[in-house]
Amino acid sequence: MPAARFEGLTKVYGSGDTAVIGIQDATMVVERGELVAIIGPSGSGKSTLLTAIGLVTEPTSGRIEIDGEAVYDDRWIGPDRKRIRRRKIGFIFQHHNLIPFLTVAENVQVALDINGVHGRAAAAKVRDLLGYLQIDHRAASYPARISGGERQRVAIARALANDPLLILADEPTASLDTERGKSVMEHLRRLAREKGSAVIVVTHDERMIAGFDRVGRVQDGRLLVSPVEVAA
Amino acid sequence: MNLAIRDIRYNLGRFLLTGLGLGLLIAVVMSMAGIYRGLVIEATTIFNAAGADLWVVQKDTRGPFAESSRIPEDLYRTLAVIPGVQEAAPVSYQNVQVEHAGRPLRLYVVGHRPGGLGGHGPLAAGRAIGQKRYEAVADRSAGLGIGESLELGRNRYTVVGLTREMVSSGGDPALFVSLADAQELQFKKSNEAIRNDRERIEASLRGVTRLAPALAQRITATVEAITQSTHIANAVVIRLVPGADGRDVARRIEAWKHHTVLTAAEQEQILTRFVIEKARRQLGLFTAILLVISTVIVALIIYTLTIDKIREIATLKLIGAPGLVVVKLIMQQSLALGAIAFAVGALLIHSLYDRFPRRVVLLPADHLALMAIVAGICVLASLLGIRRALAVDPLQALGG
Repeated sequence: MPAARFEGLTKVYGSGDTAVIGIQDATMVVERGELVAIIGPSGSGKSTLLTAIGLVTEPTSGRIEIDGEAVYDDRWIGPDRKRIRRRKIGFIFQHHNLIPFLTVAENVQVALDINGVHGRAAAAKVRDLLGYLQIDHRAASYPARISGGERQRVAIARALANDPLLILADEPTASLDTERGKSVMEHLRRLAREKGSAVIVVTHDERMIAGFDRVGRVQDGRLLVSPVEVAA
Repeated sequence: MNLAIRDIRYNLGRFLLTGLGLGLLIAVVMSMAGIYRGLVIEATTIFNAAGADLWVVQKDTRGPFAESSRIPEDLYRTLAVIPGVQEAAPVSYQNVQVEHAGRPLRLYVVGHRPGGLGGHGPLAAGRAIGQKRYEAVADRSAGLGIGESLELGRNRYTVVGLTREMVSSGGDPALFVSLADAQELQFKKSNEAIRNDRERIEASLRGVTRLAPALAQRITATVEAITQSTHIANAVVIRLVPGADGRDVARRIEAWKHHTVLTAAEQEQILTRFVIEKARRQLGLFTAILLVISTVIVALIIYTLTIDKIREIATLKLIGAPGLVVVKLIMQQSLALGAIAFAVGALLIHSLYDRFPRRVVLLPADHLALMAIVAGICVLASLLGIRRALAVDPLQALGG
């Protein structure tokens, strides 16, 4: 069963003469453990596509399935979208979006907490994730006290907290220099391979997509998916 | 995980400073509530110390605390023999302002029969009045010491004892003197006034023809005796025999003696509901306005704190946090702010309450009530922030 499937996904902002097409008839099946890049120029609709798959932006039409469960079919249907986001989707943001008043460990723990995982189980999970992403030595630090690359690794740890089926990353390297950006991408590749999560990364930087399984190119709202692996 | 506490921990300095500022406002609210309570207690201290079950006052008046009341002093003798009456005693009350030690001193002079009803309660220091004249028991708030002498009217009085927290409804310290002293102070005319009265009586009698000089002299003496008499009291206080029906005794006195009789409950109601009503309402309104201001200030603080966290709230919502997580974050912060403010306010009031010129009284029940009000204010004030937070679009977490 694929991690995510979307068909004929269309998002139109406004109506009539002022209507703007965000995405048009986008179709894709993303398998577990697959690493997919969505690239395209600014304003092409790639973030709209990501937020629609992430069940945040309501499409105008189409169909979305997460883990085989229909969530959207020309309208929101089925289970609570917040619950799916909590349990099955991990988000990584351009600006890491760590909560400044929580320590590194707490930033990861908060994702577990809102999913009902508390106590020792949560603490062990946080330790494992921080160790996995090699930032366990920063567990007690606040985000303001760590580097940009470390912050993004904490954001990845938070996204992984609930063992999501699907990880959606919106320009995760945009605020990092090339070396740190490559390091973050390497972490994403690793977790797709090792954790079996499907990873969809939106980026405008084509240098960062080396090693991805597939690349979707968005242009004027249309998604063109390359079936071949992009060479490094 | 309690997000509110973690946010407070991270921004502790800012939060404490905000709590301190709000605490000053809550301290004012508390002082108003304390003065309000103190006003009610002060208004009844002298009344309570009198220990009377019934108050006999001038007909159709509301008693010595509310308006002028004059009755013959010796009325108490006839009242004392009415069935159901255990003890009756005349009392007088008067506000005076004197110069003492180079400063004005306002006093509430209570005249009573030493050892009888209508006097002071237990003394804080010294002894009760032992002589019929020129001794006084003063409240400590008057600033007088034992052995100190004080000039009142034509005479000097020596302070022999001190009471604690015995003041009038206006906050003036009580000065207990014998009834004879109080009567002289209140009713005795000056020599000039006596001479003028005598001349006026004689002049009016000169106009009466065929009046024998001896008779005119007799009439003058009689009228003088009546108009210059100081044997007047403001009320007679009565203590009933245990088990006696106060209303029955009151009815009997009103029917036979043509005076108004107030029960202790009626007198207390006059003091607490009418005599200090305007001051009470003023304080109540001021307190209510301060509470509204506090609510608005807390609402603005919480709203600002929420606006500062819009991106974090959007992130939490995007990763699937239920609305309750966001509501708890804001409401708990608001309550924590209220708790800090309440603690600061309470601490401030408890360290300053004895410096207030009027009594500030906060009972444990008042603290609990104020705590509940502050909590209510915080919950109410957080609604604006919560409304804003719940309206945050998770998409705001994305982008630059």
